[in-house]
Amino acid sequence: MPDYLLTTSPQMAKRHAKHRRFQWYGRIAIAISISFMLLMFTAIFFRGIGAFQKTMVAVDVQFTESQIDPSGTRDPAMLKQANYKPILLQGLQQVVPEATDRRDRNQLYKVLSNGAAFDLGERVAKNPDLIGTSKRVWVAASSEVDLYVKGKIDPEVPEDRRRLKNQDIAWIEKLREAGQLKRKFNTTFFTSGDSRQPEMAGILSAALGSFFSLLICFLIAFPLGILTAVYLEEYAKKSRLTDIIEVNINNLAAVPSIVFGLLGLAIFLNFFQLPRSTPLVGGMVLALMTLPTIIIASRSILRSVPQSTRDAALGLGASKTQTTFHHVVPLAMPGMLTGTILGMARALGETAPLLMIGMVAFIVDVPKGVTDVATALPVQIFLWADSPEKGFVELTSAAIMVLLVFLILMNVFAVYLRRKLERRW
Amino acid sequence: MNTDAPSLESGAGPIMTARNVDVFYGKKQAIDNVSLDIPENQITALIGPSGCGKSTFLRCFNRMNDTIQICRVKGDIRFAGQDIYDPKVDVVALRSRIGMVFQKANPFPKSIFDNVAYGPRIHSLSETKDHLEDIVITSLKRAGLYDEVSDRLDEPGTSLSGGQQQRLCIARAIAVDPQIILMDEPCSALDPIATAIIEELMDSMKEKYTIVIVTHSMQQAARVSQQTAFFHLGELVESGDTQSIFTNPEKERTQNYISGRIG
Amino acid sequence: MEQSQDLTLRRSSRASQIREYAIQGALIACSLVAIFTTIGIVASLAFEAIRFFGKIPISSFLFGLEWSPQTAIRSDQVGASGAFGVLPLLTGTLLISFIAMMVATPLGLLSAVYLAEFANTKTRNLVKPMLELLAGIPTVVYGFFAALVVAPLIREAGEGVGLQISSESALAAGSVMGIMLVPFISSLSDDVINAVPQALRDASYGMGATHTETVTQVVLPAATPGIIGSLLLAISRAIGETMIVVMAAGLAANLTANPFEAVTTMTVQIVTLLTGDQEFDSAKTLAAFAIALFLLVLTLGLNIVALKLVDKYKKKYA
Repeated sequence: MPDYLLTTSPQMAKRHAKHRRFQWYGRIAIAISISFMLLMFTAIFFRGIGAFQKTMVAVDVQFTESQIDPSGTRDPAMLKQANYKPILLQGLQQVVPEATDRRDRNQLYKVLSNGAAFDLGERVAKNPDLIGTSKRVWVAASSEVDLYVKGKIDPEVPEDRRRLKNQDIAWIEKLREAGQLKRKFNTTFFTSGDSRQPEMAGILSAALGSFFSLLICFLIAFPLGILTAVYLEEYAKKSRLTDIIEVNINNLAAVPSIVFGLLGLAIFLNFFQLPRSTPLVGGMVLALMTLPTIIIASRSILRSVPQSTRDAALGLGASKTQTTFHHVVPLAMPGMLTGTILGMARALGETAPLLMIGMVAFIVDVPKGVTDVATALPVQIFLWADSPEKGFVELTSAAIMVLLVFLILMNVFAVYLRRKLERRW
Repeated sequence: MNTDAPSLESGAGPIMTARNVDVFYGKKQAIDNVSLDIPENQITALIGPSGCGKSTFLRCFNRMNDTIQICRVKGDIRFAGQDIYDPKVDVVALRSRIGMVFQKANPFPKSIFDNVAYGPRIHSLSETKDHLEDIVITSLKRAGLYDEVSDRLDEPGTSLSGGQQQRLCIARAIAVDPQIILMDEPCSALDPIATAIIEELMDSMKEKYTIVIVTHSMQQAARVSQQTAFFHLGELVESGDTQSIFTNPEKERTQNYISGRIG
Repeated sequence: MEQSQDLTLRRSSRASQIREYAIQGALIACSLVAIFTTIGIVASLAFEAIRFFGKIPISSFLFGLEWSPQTAIRSDQVGASGAFGVLPLLTGTLLISFIAMMVATPLGLLSAVYLAEFANTKTRNLVKPMLELLAGIPTVVYGFFAALVVAPLIREAGEGVGLQISSESALAAGSVMGIMLVPFISSLSDDVINAVPQALRDASYGMGATHTETVTQVVLPAATPGIIGSLLLAISRAIGETMIVVMAAGLAANLTANPFEAVTTMTVQIVTLLTGDQEFDSAKTLAAFAIALFLLVLTLGLNIVALKLVDKYKKKYA
C-alpha cells in the first residue's frame, strides 16, 4: 500500500487528530449543559422531597364545653375563635409533665404550630359533636420541629446559636418515644393556600390562580391566534397592512415578558380599572404574550396543508370561507392545538408579567373565580424563595417540582393530541 | 505541488480499474456488476439516459458515496493498482488525488483567490505566501479563467457568471494537483458558449490529468472523449473507443440509445 | 332528460355574500389585535415615561451615573437624594448579559455544530429533546437554583482561593442565565447550519478536506451572518430576562465591570419599583416605565438588526 494513500505524514495525522478533538468539544459542550440540568433537578428534588411529609404531633385533648363553648350556642364563628391553647397544652403536659412554670409551658406549646389551635377550631366548628369528648388529635408541629425531625437542624451547633434549645429537643424526643410525634403525608401542601408559617402553607390557591389565568389566556389567545393565522395565510394578499401586521407579530414575539406586564398595569389596571391581581387580568396579559407564538406556529401548520385540498374544495364550487373552515382548518387543527398547548405551557411558567399586575400579594384564600384575587404558581415560588424562614426552602422546591410536573404533563398531552388527531393527508 | 505521486508510464495500464462493482441505496440496487478501465491521460465519457447510475458510479471513484449513509459499495475499485476501499486507505488523502467538479457550480462564499487556495491550504501544499499565490495563479491559468479575473481576485467567487464559476471550480480542483478529475455533468447548467469554452479546456487538460466525465449529451461525449462507456438501468452495456461506440456499436441497446430510440 | 337551459352563472345570494364579507372583516379585526398590542405597549410606556421626564430631566436619566431612586415624602425629609441615572442599570445589565453570552455561546454553538454535523440519528433523537427540556424550564426555577446553590458555591470557591465574591455576584446570575440561553442559541444555530447547502460541503469533501475542516472553514463561515443574528437574538433575550436576576442578582446599583461584585439590572429595578407600596404617580413608579421604555428600544433594536441579518442570510441560500 503506497504511502500516499495512508495517513502517515505527521501533517495528515494532525488533521485527523484535530477532527477527533473538535468532535469531543461538541460532546463536552452537550454534556455540560445536560449535567447542569440534571444537577438542578437533583438539587431541587432532594431539597423538596421532604416537603411532602409533615411532622405531626398527637395530642390527647379533652373538648371541655366550658372551655370551648361556655354559652352552649354552638355558633360556628364562636367555636372557631375559642381558645384552644389550654386544651392542647394540657394534652402535651401528659407526656411532658415537667413543664410546669409559665416559661416552660409557653416553650412546650411552641412545639406545636401556631396554626394548630386554628386547625382544632375548624374541626370543632365543622363537627360540634366533638364537644364534651376526649380524643387524640394529630396537629401540625412547628416549622422548627419539622426541620429538626427531617434532619435539617444540626444539634451540634452551640445552643445559643440555634432557635431549638436542648430542652426543646429533649421534649421532642419524649414525644417521639411515646409514639406521638410522627411524619405524615403533607396534605396541607395540596389543600391550603399560602401562610406565614411554612408548616401551614400550601399551593392550592396558587395552583387555582394559575389554572384560572391559563383558562382566560386560552379563551382569548386561541381563537384570536388561530383566526389571525387563518387570515394571514388564507385570505390576506400581500399589502402594506399585512406587512405591518407581520412585522408587529415578529417584534412582539421578541419583546421581554415584563413589558407585557407593564402594559397590563398601565392599561388594564389603571385605564380600564379592572381588578388588580386577578386571573382575569393575568390571563389577558398572558394571552397577549402568547399570541405571537400561537400565530407563528399556526401559520406554519396552515402552510403545510397541501394546496390540493383547497383546490379540490374550490373546484367543487365552495366559497373561500367554506374551503377554509370546512377543509383547511380542520386538517390544521391538531397542529394548531398542539402549538397552543405548548404556548400555554410557556405561559404557565411566566412570572414577571404577573408580578407587574400585582400578583405578589400574600393570598391565603383559595380563588373561586377569575375575578377573585389570586396568585400564580411561579409567583408563589418566587415569594417563598424570598422568605427568610428555613422551612420555605423545602416548600419552594416542592412547588417547583409540582410546576415541572404540570409542564411535563402539558407537553406530553400536546404530543399525544398531535399523534391522536393527526390525519395523514 | 505533490511530488510523491506514482507516475505510470503510458501504456503501463489504466490508472483506475473497476471490477464487479455493485452499489445499493438501501435495498435498491443502483449499479449492477459494472467493470470498467479508465485509461490515463484520456477523457472517458460515461453516457446513458438519466437515472441509469452514471453519477453514482462516478462518485465511487473518489468515495463521495461515503457521505450518503444508506449507500453501500461492493466490488473492487483500484487507483494505480491499490484498492481504494481498503480500510487502511485515508479517504482524505484519496480525494486530494482524485478531484471532482459538480453539476452545478458550487464556489465557496469566499473570494476567488480563497476559493482556489482552499485546497492547497488545508493540505499544506505551500510553505510561503508567494508559493500559494503561484499555485492559485497557475491553477486559474490552467482553467482558462485567469485572464478574466486577474484584476479582481479578492472579489467573491459567487460574483462570476455561471460558466466562470464552473471554471473556478475546475481551477479549485486543479489547485491540489490531482491525477484524476471527475466531472459530473459539468456543463448541464451552462449555455452553449460557456460549454464550448469548458470542452476546449478539457481537451487541453488531458495532457496533465485523467478526466472522467458524466454527460447526458451524446454529442458532447463524441466531441471530447476518447473512451466512452454506455450505462443503462445500472448496467454497463458497452464501453470502448468513442469513435467505434458511436459509429459501430456492438450491442443493440447502445444503437437504440444513440439513435434516440431509448433515453 | 330535460335539463334547465338556464346557464346563467348566478351570483351567490346576497346573504351568503354578506356573510363572506362579515367573516373576512372579523378575521381582519382579529389580526389587528397584534397592531393594537404594539400600540398599547408603546403608548403605555411612552405616556408614563413622559410623565416621568416631566419630573426628572431626560438628560440626567440617560447620562446620570448614579441610581438611587429615593423621593421625599415630606419636603424636609432627610435622605431624599433621588438620583435617577440609568447608566449603572445599563452596565449591570450588560455585565450580566456578557457573562451569560460567554457561557452560552461556546456551549450553544458547539452543541449545535455537533448535533447538526457529527451526531448520528440516535444521539440526535436523544439529545435534542433534552435540550428542549432545558429550554422549557421556567426562569423562576433557574433563579431559585442560582440563588440557592450556584451563588453560595461561587462565593465559597472564591473564599477558597482568597477572592472576595459577593453572594449576589454578577457571575452567579450570569452563568445560570448562560445555561438558560444554551438551547436558544443551539436551536437557532442548528437551523442556520442546516440551511447551508449540501453542495458546498460536497465541494469541500471532494477536495479532500476532513469533516472538521469542512465545518470550520466552509460551513461556519457560510453560516456566519445567520449565527450572528441568532447571537443577537440571544443577547436581546438576556437583556430582557427578569426572574433569574431578580432572584440572584442584587439591588445595588453598581457601576462596575467586576463579575464578582453585585450589580443590579434594568429589569430588577422595574420589579422593585413596582412591587413596593407606592402611589402610581410618584417619580419612583414612573421611573420604572422610563426604564422599560429604554429596555424596549434596546431589545427591539437588537431584534430588528438580528432579523435583518438572518433574512439576508436566508435569501442568499434560498
